[in-house]
Amino acid sequence: MDGTVLEQTSKAGAQREAVIRVRNLTNRFGPQVVHDDLNLDVWRGEVLGIVGGSGTGKSVLLRTIVGLNKPAAGSIEVLGVDVLNGPEQERRRIEKRWGVAFQDGALFSSLSVLQNVMAPLREHTGISENLMKALGSLKISLVGLPQLSCGKLPSELSGGMRKRAALARALALDPEIVFLDEPTAGLDPIGAAAYDELIGELQHALGLTVFMVTHDLDSLYAICDRVAVLAEKRVLVEGPIEEMTKVDHPWVQEYFTGPRARAAQEKGQDR
Amino acid sequence: MIHSDRDSNGVCLRVTGELLTQSLETVEQAFSAFQPDGGNVTVDLSKIEALDTGGAWLVANLARRVRAAGAHVAFKGLKPAHSALLDTVAQNIPDEQGVEAEHRSFVDWVASVGERSVGSWNDSMSLLGFLGLTLHRLVRTILMPHRLRRAALVSQMEETGFKAIPIVALMGFLIGVVLAFQGATQLKQFGAEIFVVELISISVLRELGILLTAIIVAGRSGSAFTASIGSMKVQEEIDAMRTLGLDPIEVLVIPRVVALLIMLPILGFIADISALIGGGLMSWIDLDVSPGMFMTRLKENTGVWQLAIGMIKAPFFALVIGVIACWQAMQVRGSAQSVGQRTTASVVQSIFMVIALDALFSIFFSVMGV
Repeated sequence: MDGTVLEQTSKAGAQREAVIRVRNLTNRFGPQVVHDDLNLDVWRGEVLGIVGGSGTGKSVLLRTIVGLNKPAAGSIEVLGVDVLNGPEQERRRIEKRWGVAFQDGALFSSLSVLQNVMAPLREHTGISENLMKALGSLKISLVGLPQLSCGKLPSELSGGMRKRAALARALALDPEIVFLDEPTAGLDPIGAAAYDELIGELQHALGLTVFMVTHDLDSLYAICDRVAVLAEKRVLVEGPIEEMTKVDHPWVQEYFTGPRARAAQEKGQDR
Repeated sequence: MIHSDRDSNGVCLRVTGELLTQSLETVEQAFSAFQPDGGNVTVDLSKIEALDTGGAWLVANLARRVRAAGAHVAFKGLKPAHSALLDTVAQNIPDEQGVEAEHRSFVDWVASVGERSVGSWNDSMSLLGFLGLTLHRLVRTILMPHRLRRAALVSQMEETGFKAIPIVALMGFLIGVVLAFQGATQLKQFGAEIFVVELISISVLRELGILLTAIIVAGRSGSAFTASIGSMKVQEEIDAMRTLGLDPIEVLVIPRVVALLIMLPILGFIADISALIGGGLMSWIDLDVSPGMFMTRLKENTGVWQLAIGMIKAPFFALVIGVIACWQAMQVRGSAQSVGQRTTASVVQSIFMVIALDALFSIFFSVMGV
């Protein structure tokens, strides 16, 4: 498993398969241009971290790729399907092959945690109720939640548990791509580290491609294979995090060589 | 698919095809149909094309059932990637599923009746307490007018009062038309058409105008109060206010209640006038009661007391609507669903209370002989 991941992330090129291909993307809200001619590739089996200052459109990029935001121009291909202009049926099929975990969980507040995780299974598969429950409990256990939380409502969970439950729901259909919006924001350092580890483990075990918007330098060093920096309305640089310190751009320099970055780097190397 | 062969070593299960969550329904039956009989089982997974956690669960669960029957399980032809996945899943299968057991016995039912009774008693006390708190803040605001949030008050007056004028006026006009039309057909039988003026003016001014206005305002503004303050509650904005030393009653409730206290009488008056216009117009068209005659009879036979009785009730209705809506908002807990439930409860409760209060007023006024 490790071997293949290395192969895919190495610059060999030939083995790399782009699961997400964003070309010339432009996003505009009124007079404000968020993305201008943005290009980005996400390779199969990698963990890609998207970083950037506040308001650089990280979440907008995620929302645009999963089809929640219609861009002004550009094209987006996910798993070979044009998600903007492709035929409706194909786009529907693609939606079953990705999972999205929103920043605050966005769990359905009227359903219990188990029912939340079962919701995609109920909608998209024909499996029996018992198997659905079993798979739901399995996913809940996989993300490290106690079985006791199955019957709880989202409002009865802590913020960290909600994020885990959201991940369990995103993984319900065993997707190939998982989108995470600030997965560790608002978690305590121990909880955040555990969550990073969890994502890393699941990514290895399930062979996921992870698209992660994050501010957390620890996560970047711990689990991201590659980092893409959003600045000046486009992807300014992308590559392994070790190369980021060599980029000659004031924001990138400040971000990756600041005191917090150095501490995170040391921690990342310890692992 | 599963093919089962029996040889000297026990049963050999050959699994082929895809074991993916999204197409699991095709193999689910075959897996659950296999009953371990205590003999050893070999599972040959060399021919499977794809495996994910769902498929791995089926395989791991099968292995678990065989082991529970006291036999050994061996996997054959397992690819390294699949093996890792199978291990991860096998480790994470919960021992007992978190099932939401629902046992409802007679005792539970009795308990739930008791809980509900205590709950509604507590609710009533809490509502009464909230009414007292609001009245206290209201009096304090009257004594210290500089504490009133004027900007909030004006915007609430616009929202609950000014923007409600068209709907209230239209409703009043139509009520007048309906009363005149229905009254006319009945009164014509006695040749007492002219009494349509009293019919319209007394029923509208005394009762209908203000009652229906209050019901519209309860549906329109009461629900808006509950929804907006309730969402603030969900977002912890109310808690934030408290930590900043702001009193949510003073900041959120008082401007809304005061806006209703000012605007409901005005809206009621507008409804009254529109109803008289509608009724007068219909009387003229249908009964040949000219506007001049309508005005004369109105002045002679309907005292200003009839209008006053209607208007006296307006501030009470306003207080009931405002306090119930804000109290319901404060009861919102946790989720968005709770906001919806509380908004519905707020409208139902305030309309009911308005009608109940109106009945009390009717009895009171008739005992007093006005």
